[in-house]
Amino acid sequence: MRYMVLVKANAQSEAGEMPSPEILEEMGKFNEEMVKAGVMLAGEGLAASSQGARIRFEASKRTVIDGPFTEAKELVAGFWIIQVQSKEEAIEWMKRSPFQEGEIEIRRVFELSDFGEDIAPQTLEREQRLRSQIGSTT
Amino acid sequence: MSADVHRTIEAIWRMESAKLIAGIARMVRDVGVAEEVAQDALVTALEKWPHTGIPDNPAAWLTRVARMRAIDRIRRNDRLQRLHPQILRDLDAVQHDWIDAPQEEVQDDLLRLMFIACHPVLSPDARVALTLRLLGGLSTEEIARAFLVPVKTVAQRIVRAKRTLYEARVPFELPPAAQRAARLSSVLEAVYLIFNEGYSPTAGQTWIRPQLCEDALRLGRILAELTPQEPEVHGLVALMELQASRLRARTGPSGEPVLLLEQDRGRWDHLLIRRGLTALRKAERLGEPLGPYTIQAAIASVHAQAHTPQETDWQRILALYDALVALMPSPIVELNRAIAVSMAFGPQAGLDLIDAIAADPALRLYHLLPSVRGDLLVKLGRYDAALTELERALSMTQNEGERLLLSRRISALKGNHTWN
Repeated sequence: MRYMVLVKANAQSEAGEMPSPEILEEMGKFNEEMVKAGVMLAGEGLAASSQGARIRFEASKRTVIDGPFTEAKELVAGFWIIQVQSKEEAIEWMKRSPFQEGEIEIRRVFELSDFGEDIAPQTLEREQRLRSQIGSTT
Repeated sequence: MSADVHRTIEAIWRMESAKLIAGIARMVRDVGVAEEVAQDALVTALEKWPHTGIPDNPAAWLTRVARMRAIDRIRRNDRLQRLHPQILRDLDAVQHDWIDAPQEEVQDDLLRLMFIACHPVLSPDARVALTLRLLGGLSTEEIARAFLVPVKTVAQRIVRAKRTLYEARVPFELPPAAQRAARLSSVLEAVYLIFNEGYSPTAGQTWIRPQLCEDALRLGRILAELTPQEPEVHGLVALMELQASRLRARTGPSGEPVLLLEQDRGRWDHLLIRRGLTALRKAERLGEPLGPYTIQAAIASVHAQAHTPQETDWQRILALYDALVALMPSPIVELNRAIAVSMAFGPQAGLDLIDAIAADPALRLYHLLPSVRGDLLVKLGRYDAALTELERALSMTQNEGERLLLSRRISALKGNHTWN
């Protein structure tokens, strides 16, 4: 199963300051460990919210609000996507991350077994259309 | 609370067991003994941690316990001491835990363990079981469940495999240069067997078992980090990432298979596609001529990059199949090549090729042969002949999902001859 790990913003990340070389190196080591274990699928850092925007939806109306946004703790500053066998494994990995302060959030990504009947109608229709197309099963 | 601790211990085991077993195996020079003392350490953790809490450095804790158990066992084992007079001194001398050992050393130990788990003296079944157990951190029960065989069978397989390694005096070493290519291909074969058992199970109710695919992918990714210079390792990883990218789209609502050209490409996993393409580029950069896994990954990449089935570059796929046939001639590859031919040059051209290989004994029990013939005959409007072929295919497959798919095609064909 996959988890997305959300790293929360702080004053520094919102000010657009890059982490110190020491922290970057620690983070690099941590990432390397996860890559070597075949666990890390992706991971990125996000620029300050001043470079982003929000779009608010009200029926057909769309309102665009440019950053920066104030509540830093609610903002995301980076993420990982990891593939593990359980929530506990995700937690154990993330406990090893080199953060010295702040908070991260671990969220499961929906997958195959989470999708049930709600995709049926569309697929059924496609099925009825035909089965004669050949697909190599590779 | 206790259940939580238990699950946490399982997670730690999954993260640490391979490194633990590998490190101990280097000290005791026997994978079987290493695995057993590592298991002892796990049992001790399961007894103690629910009361004491999980130690700050669980890996170091497990290593310490496993090493003490190893020393006990060797003290009681005269034969091991005679064989390796150094062994106890070495063990005592190891003051640092593996966690303090240089990264390269840990990685080397892991690679040795992988080569040994997939040693050619072992049968493919044994290699698969041992790899999942020693490197994947799976329990015997989990392996049995994944392969739908009794726990006892897997347990015996593992015991026998360890005994075979012991009796063959397989050293805990990397293979010598002259054997490296053959030994590596034995590792790749085991990993791909695991993946395939997840991707297209030979029997059983479900069409795919994603957990096994994930286990194989994880092993492949680990191996790619251990042997970054081996093109075929990246080729295999690319192939698995690209195939796994379609897992979500491969099953319909009632668990029946959805064939490649029928799949909703929007449901393909673009993260895995990107990873697959990156791995493929690495493989292609490292090695000319391309090996069989890399070529198969390249074929998968042509599909992955086509936004619609009509966009598929069949000429390119055909060229890759030509290369694959030259490299590892097999009737199954020929069959897939025939499908590519039919897509590039029409159903009759494909059918002619299939008729040429149909008599091959290796295909006698292969349900995809009549299944593909049936499809081509439908395209040619030869519905009666198609029906015969599809019914034959139905009688040959043991997978429930495939049976369902074939039955539907048969009833559709019976119901409506103008069905496209």
